[in-house]
Amino acid sequence: MSDQPYEIVIGLEVHVQLRTRTKLFCRCSTEFGQPANTQTCPVCTGQPGSLPVMNRDAFQLSMKTALALNCQIPEFTRWDRKQYYYPDLPKGYQISQYDLPMSCDGWLEICETQGESSEKRIGIIRAHLEEDAGKSMHDEASGRADSRIDLNRTGTPLLEIVSEPDLRSAAEARAYLDELKLLLQYLDVSDCNMQEGSLRVDANVNLHLDEPSGLIATPIVEIKNLNSFRAVERALEYESRRQYEVWLEQGVKKGDIPKQTRGWDDQLEVTRAQRHKEESSDYRYFPDPDLVPVVVTPDEVERVRRSVGELPAALRSRLQAEYGVSEYDANVIVNQGRDFVAYFVEVADASGDAKRTSNWIQQEILRRMNELQISIRQFPVDAVDLASLIQAIATGQLDSSRGRDVFGRMFEQGEAVTDAMQSLGIVNVDEGSLRSLCEDLLAENPRVVAEVKEGKEKAVGALIGQAKRLNPNVNPSEVRAVCLELISQQ
Amino acid sequence: MNFLASSASDLVKNLESGDVSSGDLTRVFLDRIDSCNGQVRAFSSVTAEAALAQAEELDERRSGGQAVGKLAGIPLAVKDVLCTKGQLTTCGSRMLSSYAPPYDATVIARLRAAGAVLLGKTNMDEFAMGSSTETSFHGPTANPWDRGRIPGGSSGGAAAAVAASMAPLSVGSDTGGSIRQPAAFCGVVGLKPTYGRVSRYGLVAFASSLDQVGPLAATAEDAALLLEVIAGHDELDSTSAELPVPSYSELLAEPLQGLRIGIVESHFADGLDGEIEASVRRAITLYEQLGATVHPVELPHSRYAIATYYIIASCEASGNLARYDGAHYGHRTDEGRMLEELAEERRMLVEAGDSAGAEQIDGPLVRMYRRTRAEGFGDEVKRRIMLGTYALSAGYYDAYYLKALKVRRRIRDDFDAAFQQVDVIAGPVTPTPAFALGERMDDPLAMYLGDLYTVSANLAGLPALSLPCGFSDSGLPIGLQLQAPPFEEARLLRAAHQFQQETDWHARRPSLVEES
Amino acid sequence: MSLSLADVQKVAMLARLQLSDADLERMTSQLGQIVDYVNQLAELDTENVSPLSHAGELVNVFADDNPRPSLTRAEVLSGAPKQDEECYRVPAVLGE
Ligand SMILES: [Mg+2]
Ligand SMILES: [Zn+2]
Repeated sequence: MSDQPYEIVIGLEVHVQLRTRTKLFCRCSTEFGQPANTQTCPVCTGQPGSLPVMNRDAFQLSMKTALALNCQIPEFTRWDRKQYYYPDLPKGYQISQYDLPMSCDGWLEICETQGESSEKRIGIIRAHLEEDAGKSMHDEASGRADSRIDLNRTGTPLLEIVSEPDLRSAAEARAYLDELKLLLQYLDVSDCNMQEGSLRVDANVNLHLDEPSGLIATPIVEIKNLNSFRAVERALEYESRRQYEVWLEQGVKKGDIPKQTRGWDDQLEVTRAQRHKEESSDYRYFPDPDLVPVVVTPDEVERVRRSVGELPAALRSRLQAEYGVSEYDANVIVNQGRDFVAYFVEVADASGDAKRTSNWIQQEILRRMNELQISIRQFPVDAVDLASLIQAIATGQLDSSRGRDVFGRMFEQGEAVTDAMQSLGIVNVDEGSLRSLCEDLLAENPRVVAEVKEGKEKAVGALIGQAKRLNPNVNPSEVRAVCLELISQQ
Repeated sequence: MNFLASSASDLVKNLESGDVSSGDLTRVFLDRIDSCNGQVRAFSSVTAEAALAQAEELDERRSGGQAVGKLAGIPLAVKDVLCTKGQLTTCGSRMLSSYAPPYDATVIARLRAAGAVLLGKTNMDEFAMGSSTETSFHGPTANPWDRGRIPGGSSGGAAAAVAASMAPLSVGSDTGGSIRQPAAFCGVVGLKPTYGRVSRYGLVAFASSLDQVGPLAATAEDAALLLEVIAGHDELDSTSAELPVPSYSELLAEPLQGLRIGIVESHFADGLDGEIEASVRRAITLYEQLGATVHPVELPHSRYAIATYYIIASCEASGNLARYDGAHYGHRTDEGRMLEELAEERRMLVEAGDSAGAEQIDGPLVRMYRRTRAEGFGDEVKRRIMLGTYALSAGYYDAYYLKALKVRRRIRDDFDAAFQQVDVIAGPVTPTPAFALGERMDDPLAMYLGDLYTVSANLAGLPALSLPCGFSDSGLPIGLQLQAPPFEEARLLRAAHQFQQETDWHARRPSLVEES
Repeated sequence: MSLSLADVQKVAMLARLQLSDADLERMTSQLGQIVDYVNQLAELDTENVSPLSHAGELVNVFADDNPRPSLTRAEVLSGAPKQDEECYRVPAVLGE
């Protein structure tokens, strides 16, 4: 950061689509990808006379998320109308929360792993519940430029999570988003699918410059159309450079002009000014008289708090403390999600060897999950079988390379450890045949024997490969020990 | 038998005993509408075919021994503010002049389930904004007692339909007096129930925190019967009360002995018409004869009710009516002409060298909205949208909307205190009898001030009833208003019913020459 | 007069109403009278009064998350001023 003459100040607004079966204020399905305007009713199309009724689950999921974000849950919360005209908003207002949101004043701890890893708390100003708008599609083909409107998405529940402007780099913003998404997945409150619009990000960014005259802030710009986390990073990098150039050229400060909105162009990798709405933003918020407030008791808050479960940050610490895995390994495991952690814990407990378990699942399991694009739930080797394999390796029954062969068999054929060993013809080589095999080898390799006698114990390694070729079931470390013993007796 | 003069309660008996079929009864009222609606214009649409089909189906069910509902076969009129699936629901507005909703309002569904036969939709002030039924896109409704006068509003058509015997019952809505005031002007009973008593689902919203659906009828007994059918909890309306519905009809006869009636002396001060004052005071004396006691009460903040009401109602209306923008239903401006207009404006600005002005011109979508709304709404609706938009806009919210909500609390507190001392509050419904058509059309404020006795019940969410208690020398009906604590509709209906056992104001009918 | 023509013009834009010059003038005068009238509320002290936005004062009204059938597309689009069997159509949305 010190190589830039400015500090980047970033706050993020994340809209999360909650995992409910029905919309926020009507009972139309929220299923994605259905034909246009087939999931609509009088309420979500804003027909005259229709009235909203709040979805209980949407409220519960919001509260759970807010608590996981360490937010306060005020006793009293209500819904407001945010009024503006847009054809994907059939009532002429969005039902949202303005002055009394359902949660506020929380934080999320992020871990920035670029360079030395360091933890940082990012403040959450508020998380509030609101309804989504529909979809408008521009249609040039019709001769005259029309827009087509699909109201299937209208009324889908969204949780808007607004961070403090605590983020100081694009990388930090990325880390925040990764951690937030992981948290949401742990809570199982959203599918977080960005392609389907289940997770949308707007970024507010400006620069702080340490000028001789004092600290100066450039005007805040809101960036929209950010359709991936990568886009967020790129846009923030671009926008901070752009703002610095504009500052050098024009010297405009925050407060001199109203907040601007710019859209990210993913192809050209630039942000572009969006046309101003007619009357900036006089949304004329007022409490929606068709809805009633929600009063939450401390008991209810506690009940929901108990349902939150163990969250990523706590899990990372626990894996390090109880299983002795490294911070890095704990991150890798936890970032794979709750099911993956459960798998790790089960294997580690059953095998009694957490270190080896950690290595195995990070190498063999993750590699195959990625290759096949499957989740841990779909993984064909269950935790108990993997634990037996790891035990067999730990007790020297199998060496690591034979272990991988056995694992391959378990993975592909769905065999248990003993069956897989049998299929591969792996049997324990008895003491007598091992000794005679080693004696034969020493007789055939006098050079090796001579080298060992001169003190170069390493030379015995050349015999291990030959031993394995003669009998693939021999254990390399045993071959090594027996050969050394025989040489020393000569 | 003269079914036109019968009460709905009697018609139920006639239908049950087989004196008449619902098909025949429905034809009687459709004929009456045919011959009188030209003079009164109470109905904006008549659904004769659907009504007859419904009536005949009920007759079949009845003769087949199947269960029929409480209002089986009773013809009924519905204010054009309640959504009827597949049938015109215009709210008296050009904006919805061809709108047929894809669903039934809960009240409509309950009426159908009870076997009521829907004759058609009654005329109203546009989007229920008005006190005279003159702002309707369909033209004004006439008062059946004097066709040069307004019937009151906004449920003017619903009140006139009952007064003119075009329907034995009708359903209206009341946001600031829109059932009670036309009931008073037309000489019928009108009840605004407690907020939350009747579902608002499918009631086209004017001001959501004030709107209530309620019955209009010739007698309190009939109003009780209708309220029993339409009241009750609805899970589609978040503001609907989860309370059981009493059998209002069965509670009508309970004696009034010991009923404490409150009188607000300031309601009889300047501005109240002398004949109205006299009729109302006579009515109160009659209640004393029936065993009630009379006590003075005060509602010190009621003088702020009109200002409070017009702020809250207009703010909510400005939001509720934002949906009428020509995008998804209802009127849309002629797009071709709209685009020509834009091109022409741009050309003129460019020619005048004002390229900045040409840049700032409306986009086609914004212009579509603005033209659609300018064409679709009438003057009164525009005024209220403008007032509400202004009061909610940046910098004014606290001074107007928030302030009004606080005064509203004070108004409600006044009532709560008064109802510690009395069981009902009695007084006038309107400061004057029905005024002349056109008289207040250019003076909106004068029109608003006429609502001074009725708006408080909406602000406080209380039930309030209007019943006929006399006539002016010129033959215009006069109404008595009774207000009660929340969910005490039974008390109002009982008091009105027993008054009607002693008087015959409600039995009088205007003389309309039937046109054939 | 409490309201200026410019105020009314701005409000008309917010409310998406196209008003002619004559309309604007009439509206300014009528709204001015009404605003002057409602300004009487300012004389009341409401310092410690909590606002009453609903007479009912209900809280916690929820519905269960169980899907119900939607309307058919034909029903939904039947009232649309302009549509193409799949979608509503409106004049071009600007601003991108
Ligand atoms: Mg939002
Ligand atoms: Zn819906």
